[in-house]
Amino acid sequence: MSTSALYNDQGGAEPAVEAAQESAPTSAGSAAAFGLFSADFKKNEDLKEMLESSKESLKLDAMKRVVGLIARGKNASELFPAVVKNVASKNIELKKLVYVYLVRYAEEQQDLALLSISTFQRALKDPNQFIRASALRVLSSIRVPIIVPIMMLAIKEAAADLSPYVRKTSAHAIQKLYSLDPEQKEQLIEVIEKLLKDKSTLVAGSVVMAFEEVCPDRIDLIHKNYRKLCNLLVDVEEWGQVVIISMLTRYARTQFVSPWQQDAVFDENNEKTFYESDSEERKDQMESKPYIMDPDHRLLLRNTKPLLQSRNTAVVMSVAQLYWHLAPKHEISVVTKSLVRLLRSHREVQFVVLQNIATMSIQRKGMFEPFMKSFYVRSTDATHIKTLKLEILTNLANEANISTILREFQTYVKSQDKAFAAATIQAIGRCATNITEVTDTCLNGLVLLLSNRDETVVAESVVVIKKLLQTQPSQHCDIIKHMAKIFDNITVPMARASILWLMGEYCERVPKIAPDVLRKMAKTFTAEEDIVKLQTVNLAAKLYLTNSKQTKLLTQYILNLGKYDQNYDIRDRTRFIRQLIVPSEKSGALNKYARRILLAPKPAPVLESSFKDRDRYQLGTLSHSLNIKATGYQELCDWPAVAPDPSVRNVEVPQPVKEWAPSVGKTKQAKSDKFYSDDEDEKEEEGSDSGTGNSSSSSSSSSSSSSSSSEESGSESEEESSEESEKTSSDSGKSSSGSEESSTESESDQKKKKKKKKNIKKTLQKRNKQPTVADSDSDENGNGPVKRASSSSAESSSETDSEDSLDSDPPKVQQNKNIQVKSKPKVEKKPKNEVSLLDLDDFSPAPTSAPNSAYVSSSLLSDLEGLSLSNVSTSFQVTTPTFGPVKTYELLHHMTGKGLSAKYHFPRQPCLYQPSMVAVQVTLTNSSDHSLEEIHIGGRNPASLNIHCFNTVERLESEASVTVSMGIDFSDSTQAANFQLCTKEDQFNVSIQPAVGELLMPCTMTEQDFCKEQGKLLGMNETSATITMATASTSVQTVRKQVLSVANVGVVSSSQSTFHRFAGRTVSSGSLVLLSLEVKDSAAVLTINTEKSVVASMLLRDLKQALAQA
Amino acid sequence: MIHSLFLINASGDIFLEKHWKSVVSRSVCDYFFEAQERATEPENVPPVIPTPHHYLISVLRHRIYFVAVIQSEVPPLFVIEFLHRVVDTFQDYFGVCTEAAIKDNVVVVYELLEEMLDNGFPLATESNILKELIKPPTILRTMVNTITGSTNVGEQLPTGQLSVVPWRRTGVKYTNNEAYFDVVEEIDAIIDKSGSTITAEIQGVIDACVKLTGMPDLTLSFMNPRLLDDVSFHPCVRFKRWEAERILSFIPPDGNFRLLSYHVSSQNLVAIPVYVKHNITFREGSSQGRFDLTLGPKQTMGKAVESVLVSSQLPRGVLNTNLNPSQGTYTFDPVTKLLTWDVGKINPQKLPSLKGTMSLQAGASKPDENPTINIQFKIQQMAISGLKVNRLDMYGEKYKPFKGIKYMTKAGKFQVRT
Repeated sequence: MSTSALYNDQGGAEPAVEAAQESAPTSAGSAAAFGLFSADFKKNEDLKEMLESSKESLKLDAMKRVVGLIARGKNASELFPAVVKNVASKNIELKKLVYVYLVRYAEEQQDLALLSISTFQRALKDPNQFIRASALRVLSSIRVPIIVPIMMLAIKEAAADLSPYVRKTSAHAIQKLYSLDPEQKEQLIEVIEKLLKDKSTLVAGSVVMAFEEVCPDRIDLIHKNYRKLCNLLVDVEEWGQVVIISMLTRYARTQFVSPWQQDAVFDENNEKTFYESDSEERKDQMESKPYIMDPDHRLLLRNTKPLLQSRNTAVVMSVAQLYWHLAPKHEISVVTKSLVRLLRSHREVQFVVLQNIATMSIQRKGMFEPFMKSFYVRSTDATHIKTLKLEILTNLANEANISTILREFQTYVKSQDKAFAAATIQAIGRCATNITEVTDTCLNGLVLLLSNRDETVVAESVVVIKKLLQTQPSQHCDIIKHMAKIFDNITVPMARASILWLMGEYCERVPKIAPDVLRKMAKTFTAEEDIVKLQTVNLAAKLYLTNSKQTKLLTQYILNLGKYDQNYDIRDRTRFIRQLIVPSEKSGALNKYARRILLAPKPAPVLESSFKDRDRYQLGTLSHSLNIKATGYQELCDWPAVAPDPSVRNVEVPQPVKEWAPSVGKTKQAKSDKFYSDDEDEKEEEGSDSGTGNSSSSSSSSSSSSSSSSEESGSESEEESSEESEKTSSDSGKSSSGSEESSTESESDQKKKKKKKKNIKKTLQKRNKQPTVADSDSDENGNGPVKRASSSSAESSSETDSEDSLDSDPPKVQQNKNIQVKSKPKVEKKPKNEVSLLDLDDFSPAPTSAPNSAYVSSSLLSDLEGLSLSNVSTSFQVTTPTFGPVKTYELLHHMTGKGLSAKYHFPRQPCLYQPSMVAVQVTLTNSSDHSLEEIHIGGRNPASLNIHCFNTVERLESEASVTVSMGIDFSDSTQAANFQLCTKEDQFNVSIQPAVGELLMPCTMTEQDFCKEQGKLLGMNETSATITMATASTSVQTVRKQVLSVANVGVVSSSQSTFHRFAGRTVSSGSLVLLSLEVKDSAAVLTINTEKSVVASMLLRDLKQALAQA
Repeated sequence: MIHSLFLINASGDIFLEKHWKSVVSRSVCDYFFEAQERATEPENVPPVIPTPHHYLISVLRHRIYFVAVIQSEVPPLFVIEFLHRVVDTFQDYFGVCTEAAIKDNVVVVYELLEEMLDNGFPLATESNILKELIKPPTILRTMVNTITGSTNVGEQLPTGQLSVVPWRRTGVKYTNNEAYFDVVEEIDAIIDKSGSTITAEIQGVIDACVKLTGMPDLTLSFMNPRLLDDVSFHPCVRFKRWEAERILSFIPPDGNFRLLSYHVSSQNLVAIPVYVKHNITFREGSSQGRFDLTLGPKQTMGKAVESVLVSSQLPRGVLNTNLNPSQGTYTFDPVTKLLTWDVGKINPQKLPSLKGTMSLQAGASKPDENPTINIQFKIQQMAISGLKVNRLDMYGEKYKPFKGIKYMTKAGKFQVRT
């Protein structure tokens, strides 16, 4: 015992303390020592002394014992004053135990509890987030109404805390405060609203819980956060996931239209084929339907699906119920396997899951039919598990599998667990009524069971046979006779009553036996159970009506017995029957109808599952489990007929990361981008995939908002470029002479206006005839740096897709730098720069400068130091890409990278560093909570790999991101470039694998040149294939778009509209790659001419895929 | 959500209570006791019991009922799962989860429960986070604490709580870096009277014991990942990698954890490694019954079947047995009528058998069902499904870890109907 040593040290300890210590709760089996109240009382006295002592260890020991008392439910409230003094203790364990005590007893000792408040208020300001959080936890757990304002203040402060952990605690505190004082609802909703906006996964679950508790009806608070919650879901801790999913289920039911409209088409048989199919295929199936699912609805389904793989059974169940309530009917079966998996879990889990499966299997047999064997009963199962499995097996029974199931049932009937055997017999009865083919078999089987030795089995069989016979009485005289025979041996009242009822009901079919049975009953009437007596009276009445000659006396005897029975119910019934059947003066008109009343044909009972109407409750809920509406149950409302405005969920998507240098100010944006951006990409892709012809409705907010952002950036860039021109001109002005400055400026102003107009014109032009961009570009490229810059910016703003804003923006910043730098080499020109600037408009375009200018306009992404404009052979005219799809690939996941994540994309700009390199832009994001230093590229593999590294990023703040560019020489192969991404402490192996299309550079040529070149590249150098194109994609625009999205090639103007030509060169070796596509109806012949046959075949494959998909 | 928790032992004493909101009187458990009385077996107590003002959700583990009191609608599985997590945590901390262990460590239990739930909502259930908050009691630590006066309670927010990998704490250090993986497969089967398989499926788990320094990033690949039909992962596994490449890529938690549980697709035929020849008869009118059982190996791929244990619940009419095992020992409990036979290893040359007579209650009629036989066994160094780990790679750290993988096949719920 550790403490005893302590006491021995402390020589002066009173013997009482020692005695107390001996039976401290920490020693086993001490419970008995506390049994007597007096002893208890005495102990508490000692505890008080210990708590007030100055020794920390004594106090701690006392507190441990106090906690022991609390744990056993003993009252320790009288120690409150002594305990509360220790609330400010330095010893953290002591403090924690005091907290435990406080939370338990503060409600009872409100005044004294107030003494501790100031300590918590102080702790709320502690620099240690853990201490802040625990202070808030305890403060909010003290249920003392006086401190409500203090709590409110603390919650509000904590909700804005920097630490997500503290914010999480504040979300919990909201619920506590609400239950203490519901008056505060409005203020609390404000805090909830604020916390819902929080992007931390830690907070999400807790705040949704608070939302559910405080204001579950304020669905409007969710709109803006819906997509965020969907996207965060995977990273939220598992308990939060459960809460969020169930909330989102309710939300979705109010916001989206039903996906079940054409479900009549999907019957059970259809479903099997879907069962194996992947989600992609299912989506395709969806498209053919007129119903288009709201992309947000789809987002929810897609983001919850991976959670079916969770180890937490509650999460799996909640996803299953979400699919059940929200997914199109044919998609629901994805949850089957996971639910069946849960059956391997603990008994209690099995119970709940089986209940839910039972409800599901009534409506959709097909879902669980392949897993029928998983529901076979084992002798070791608990009874309630057995009955549930039986229930499910019965639900699953159909013509095809009934024989297997019945064979299985035969085993169960013999079970030692008689309650279960009885349930099996009922199940057999249900199968018999549901599946007419086996009714006779079942009936025979049940009759055999009548000779069973066990009473409950026999009784249950009788009851079930009775029900079955009612459905088809005519053929079964034999069974009734048999039952009459065994009647004497049956003692279970319910069974006896059932046989009697059968005799009475079909007395005309067994005219000889029925009176005999009645005779026997008359003998034993007084000894029978009430229910049997009632049926005896019933039988007597019926026999009296059909066969009064034989049974008149018997009936009267029985009625007389019944008249004096102890049970008033039987007396009542007897009196009623007598009046009804025995004619007398008083009985009147009713007598005539007695026969019709008693022997009316009765409808057969329907044998139904007890889970039949359980589906009125949301699956997985407590209410569903109990089949009673539980307190606080939120009804799942029906789908709205018309979907409410989906735009309420639109959120202004923050501008994508485009900072060149890390900036702390934009951390939020960076963060939102970091985790989920690839998800969103996916979503967008999918949106455009599935939205064929309906892109307007399916285009999600992100695309619309990002398109608006690209517009913004477009205008921005225009402004910038004009500014730029100003700068350059003024710069050059300065260098020449200061006095000219004003005139230059005014002149350049005029210029600017002109240029602007021109730009606009050009943009329009380009929109109309995009294909010729390359040409016009090269024509005008000679117009000088200023012009070039503006034209390229106009280009990027007008042409780029939504996502393009990402790379079209940062360029501009450097652009002007580049231009300035570029002007350096041309020293001779410099003095005249200003003049040339002005005069350039009149100059005829100088073709030689074209490639250079292209470089400049597109070298935007380089960093300045790395700028080395080597003199490239300009035998081919490289143009800027006409189409810039930006597919971002993941280079390093933040999990692998310990917080450092990296994504890359191919900007499709010629590489600045070396012409044989492919430019790659890498966005580095720091999602860890500390800043990363010295991010650079380390070792590469193969060592010969030629990479132009980006300059070391000295420091990347937490949650900041930076975009850097690098060049890689892939040597015209798609082999991945492996290298290490290093931080100060770590190295991560990453690899970039380029798509073949990215290894090309567009080049321009005329149609004639194209044909000429093509002529040189025949035979071995030609690869072609026939492609079946989606009909939608046969238009010129879409074909081009498709091709350009795959490969970085230039469009060659074509004289025929069915003939598309594209030209490019491989980056590394500069070999020509000529692409021609001849479209005939929905088929097309794609020909690729190049020396690089590997490139050709790979390109062919990629293009084939892209064109067929569109 | 969860209002209170009561721990009830087998004899029906409430030996621990904990309230997260205002106090609920322990008299609420009377409804539970009622249900317990109605149930014939301890397992038959329904997990969800409604009472007028509360709902009781309980789990039974280690012969202790963990009864949670709920006041309003909550998914029952949420509570059940949480309660099981509590039991797992106790087991993790104290080695066993018994009444004595809980009573001995009542303070730690209370501290744990306090951290695991806040206002009834789970706060920290991840074992490595809890271990940073509250250190598990060991004899050594108790000694040290007594001398130095330090405590078992952490003062800092656990590092895992805020990180993107909450399951791993930072600054882990080991001198021997090692990673062990156990592929354990269980066969669930029902064999019918004639020896044919009614249903058989394989469930597997990969349990890992990883003791690696720093922040290693592991990838584990299989030779035949297609075998895995339905999987559930520890949260550390990157789902996307699995979807795309069928590779398990993860930053492991520190220590023992279950990496993966899987189900082998039902299309594959399951090899049944043992067969049972049985002849159990009760004759009408006689007070004797015959019992004859022989076990033998089949489809074991040359591996020995070990730790075989046969158990059977004999019918109530059986008074006693007089059996003769060819190997191992057998016991029969005349009260519970449970027959267990500890066979040990099956020797293919000399098959183990258990033969003899059962004496029945005089005058009682012959039981109409023959008992079901439950079999447990182990086969080392084999995963019955044929699953094979291809390789394990580590990234992110420089040292070379020691890697080990072990295969084992066990009987799950393996029943033979007779």
